[in-house]
Amino acid sequence: MNKTLFLGALTVASIAAAASSAATLDDVKARGKLNCGVTTGLPGFAAPDANGVWEGFDVAFCRAVAAAIFGDPTAVEFVPTTGETRFTALQSGEIDMLARNTTWTFSRDTDLKFDFTGVNYYDGQGFMVPKSLGVSSAKDLDGATVCIQTGTTTELNLADFFRSNNISYQPVPIQTNAEAQQQYLAGACDVYTTDASGLAATRATFEAPADHIILPEIISKEPLGPLVRHGDNAWGDIVMWTQNALVSAEELGITSANVEEMASAPTNNPEINRILGTEGDLGAMMGLSKDWGKNAILAGGNYGEIFEKNIGENTPIGLARGLNALWTEGGLQYSPPFR
Amino acid sequence: MTISIDPPKQSFRLSQLIYDTRYRSITIQVVTLCLVALGIIWLGYNASVNLTALGLEPNFSFLWNRAGYDINQTLIPYNNSDTHARAALIGILNTLLVAGLGCVTATLIGVIAGVLRLSKNWVVAKLMTVYVEGFRNVPLLLWIILIYAVMTEGTPSPRDFREGGTASMWLDSTVAVTNRGLYIPAPVWGPNSGFVVAVFILSIIGALFYRRYARKVLFDTGRLLPMVWPALLIAIIPAVLVFFILGRPIGLSYPELGGFNFAGGLQISNPLIALWVALSLYTGAFIAEIVRAGILAVSKGQSEAAFALGLRPNRTMSLVILPQAMRVIIPPLISQYLNLTKNSSLAIAVGYADVRATLGGITLNQTGRALECMLLIGLFYLAISLLISGVMNIYNNSMKLKER
Amino acid sequence: MSDIHAQTAYVRTAMLPQAAPPVRETGAVKWVRENLFSSWLNIILTLASIWFVWTVVSHLFPWFYNSIWRAKSLTECRAIRDATLGPDASAACFAVITDRWKQLLFGFYPSSEYWRPTLSLVLLVVGILPMLFTTLPRKLLWGTLALPFVLFFLLWGGSIWTTVMVAAGFVLGFAAIKILTPIGGAILAAIGAVLIPILFWIYAAGPLAESLHSILPIGLEFVQSKDFGGFMVSTVIGVAGIALSLPLGIVLALGRKSDLFIVNKLSTAFIEIIRGVPLIVWLFTASLLLNYFLPPGTNFDLLLRVIIMVTLFSAAYIAEVVRGGLAALPKGQYEGADSLGLSYWQSMQLIVLPQALKISIPGIVNSFIGLFKDTTLVVFIGILDPIGLTNSIRASTDWNGIYWELYVFIGLMFFIFCFSMGRYSLYLEKKLQREHR
Repeated sequence: MNKTLFLGALTVASIAAAASSAATLDDVKARGKLNCGVTTGLPGFAAPDANGVWEGFDVAFCRAVAAAIFGDPTAVEFVPTTGETRFTALQSGEIDMLARNTTWTFSRDTDLKFDFTGVNYYDGQGFMVPKSLGVSSAKDLDGATVCIQTGTTTELNLADFFRSNNISYQPVPIQTNAEAQQQYLAGACDVYTTDASGLAATRATFEAPADHIILPEIISKEPLGPLVRHGDNAWGDIVMWTQNALVSAEELGITSANVEEMASAPTNNPEINRILGTEGDLGAMMGLSKDWGKNAILAGGNYGEIFEKNIGENTPIGLARGLNALWTEGGLQYSPPFR
Repeated sequence: MTISIDPPKQSFRLSQLIYDTRYRSITIQVVTLCLVALGIIWLGYNASVNLTALGLEPNFSFLWNRAGYDINQTLIPYNNSDTHARAALIGILNTLLVAGLGCVTATLIGVIAGVLRLSKNWVVAKLMTVYVEGFRNVPLLLWIILIYAVMTEGTPSPRDFREGGTASMWLDSTVAVTNRGLYIPAPVWGPNSGFVVAVFILSIIGALFYRRYARKVLFDTGRLLPMVWPALLIAIIPAVLVFFILGRPIGLSYPELGGFNFAGGLQISNPLIALWVALSLYTGAFIAEIVRAGILAVSKGQSEAAFALGLRPNRTMSLVILPQAMRVIIPPLISQYLNLTKNSSLAIAVGYADVRATLGGITLNQTGRALECMLLIGLFYLAISLLISGVMNIYNNSMKLKER
Repeated sequence: MSDIHAQTAYVRTAMLPQAAPPVRETGAVKWVRENLFSSWLNIILTLASIWFVWTVVSHLFPWFYNSIWRAKSLTECRAIRDATLGPDASAACFAVITDRWKQLLFGFYPSSEYWRPTLSLVLLVVGILPMLFTTLPRKLLWGTLALPFVLFFLLWGGSIWTTVMVAAGFVLGFAAIKILTPIGGAILAAIGAVLIPILFWIYAAGPLAESLHSILPIGLEFVQSKDFGGFMVSTVIGVAGIALSLPLGIVLALGRKSDLFIVNKLSTAFIEIIRGVPLIVWLFTASLLLNYFLPPGTNFDLLLRVIIMVTLFSAAYIAEVVRGGLAALPKGQYEGADSLGLSYWQSMQLIVLPQALKISIPGIVNSFIGLFKDTTLVVFIGILDPIGLTNSIRASTDWNGIYWELYVFIGLMFFIFCFSMGRYSLYLEKKLQREHR
């Protein structure tokens, strides 16, 4: 008799997800919402607030893509994923894009059949140690106990680094950043290693941040970026160019404050006009509306604004732009031209 | 008057398959089998279509690739250039280790708690009730996380053992309790040490034979030979003698603070201890209830009769009550052992490298081979479960009440 | 002789007044002496226990007593503590619970709709009553039967007609049995009862619901199961798992007791395979693999996949519980049913199952407690149950670094729930024992 709930839910589900066809954009439009995979919680990158509204750097990219498609930055469903479930969720079509500080690697791109749409944060794996340890270089860490956040490329980088420097260590793999933090503070490990951004974010929340230092060695390249399924290039283009629009917007001085004004009438700069849809119709080439660029920028501001608001120096996370500055300011953030 | 009731010799009709109870059972079975087979074929077909479409044909060759990650607790040598298969083996051994240790301590804790809960001592009985109810009613995952955190917060880190630190080693500087694990002296096997071990094993067997002999004497003649002390002496003395005669072939290496950690000695890592303690306490609470129920199931007349015969309380317990209670206790105890083994897969919460964490965690993550990894893990646990329940069922049958 | 007696001066003639028993044999002293300090072992045990309790309490009490309930973030909590107690004092920061308790209970369920899960819980408790208390009128069971639909509608919302159509399918199936049994016999009726509802759901239900909705739009705001979280998701998974697994578990138990070789072996294999593998592996299967085993293109949400997997999992355990109930039934009951000439299904339905299930109720409640606790494992596949939410909460910059308070709260909630369920199951067990005597 109680089979009902099961079958009822089944029918509803099969109605809700009639068929996932090849064209992701059509599915997303039909659904009216973008399904975006995020972490279950990483300070500064994705976390729900007290009202259940997701916030963070990765979240802002999901919102920008949703705004580009629907003109509404709230038309996103955030799907929390773990290190193990994220790729299957994307492969099976449960999510349309994954923005979960995922490192762009060769095998993920080719063997796992994904497409990375760019790099929204250039990161690298670093080490944090208590100042009292008196260590100034990662090469002094022979015999140390190292807390690692698992489910990432971190284990492999760490193994490679210690192997190539011919020193030994003891790994303590930990599931989440929050647990690792607790272990590290209790002194259960000498070193905490994860992406440098994560280290900075973690250190910022300590009771005494000054007692801990981040070692100068960055032992890996961790280009983090959103990714989509391989094979639907039209969809990949939308995510990629939304991201590029945000970077270009910063370069061109378009901000969430002045975008309405700039979009109301063509400006002197043709590239601004093309992004904002006042000249030509770039949106139509991707199957989006004319003002997609304006909406994407309006959602959370340009790349610089998103950075400053979520992880920048004025937030508790306190990250400097560093490699993530615009190329014009000595960083690596560089968008292909809108032409 | 005899009536012959020969069944009417009818030729077989198809409708008999449905209406004749003799044939209907066959029909039902064949139909069920067909449906199940169809279902399995359907699932398999879907899987093959889906996996081919994704370009992920099942393939176990990734097991022979270089794993590339390190594991903190290994029973057999391993480093990051070994294969995924070896990493999986490390995980399997670690699972078996924690499950084995857990079963032993959970039984000890459970029996003690179960008996104490029936004690007349009010404070102890209440404390045990709080323990049992507290562990039974809160998810194991929470206990594992909490116990791990208590252990790391509550014990000193190796830094504190340095000059001027707040902590010091125990037992004449041979044992160190840190929040990274327990460091104890490790045996160093010199030449001829195998001989000592062999003698030790032989003398343990000898001790067992002595116990058997004493039992037989007790049952045949009623003469009570001392059991404990002679058995212990038989087990220990020859080995000790051989040890000294051969010039102490087995040495000890003591843990010493060097660099960041203690070096030398044997390290029992904190994740292992935390998982072990949590599993033992959690399962122990369930076993305590089983033991209590088992003891209560033995009727009071049994113990009264034993007292009337002049048996002392501890002999009453060991000779009269426990053997009877065991019959009630064993079957649910088996399923608790199985539960403990399966629950050890929560090692993931404390970073203990069990098979779920190596094969089903990092390997799965690095290779993306979800189907293959999950299949192997499932088969491993299934094999273990069937093995344990098989062995315990044999034991259970041998313990069964021999009804006349 | 008697006169000699009378002459002896030392024989007392008057009764002495009753003396009070010695102090050590009365009241609290006697109790303490007999219960706490009766032997050396007991003395040691008592002292050790008291020492243990004292250690725990003396460490934890200040932490609880100083706890801070009003703050916006951990930094603020620390500031309040430093201002009032000094930086070295231990003080819990339960402000995180004040700030986030709604999230811990309901997850991301829209806050204007919190009444729905709350009402569902109340309805669930009320609806189960007729099943548990046999003194209530039998007609109330119809309400229990309707309960799953009501709960489904309340929790997920959407158009009411979808739910009605789902229910209508079952009514059709039931009607098929009633109508077809006299015409075509049990087997035709069974086939009809399965096929008709399925055909109805596939072809008629969708359009019918849509047209009805356009005529009479009644409905609640549709809430996706992605928005479920916290204790709500644990309860939904636990309750749905147990409720759905009951029928399956009963069938499996009957199958395992059956004389039919293939049915028996298949049931046994299913039960042993499910029970032999840890739930966490099954959950990973649900999350990572279940989609691969369905026709290409089908894709339904994670919560539903988890419920399916949990249902299969708990069905195996329920089957063992029911099997215990079946075995506990006196053989005479089976033989009595057979001698009345009842068919297998009739005897099961009318004689065996009602009694066997009644015996199994405490076991089923215990399975439910176990399953409810095990729902915490869904954190490993990214569902934000209470433990999953602790991680999300600590990822917000406000509460990063908080630890014990969240776990203590969650542990306490689980304890209250499971403990009361456990007591209830004990009560049922005692009641059943009385009835059997």
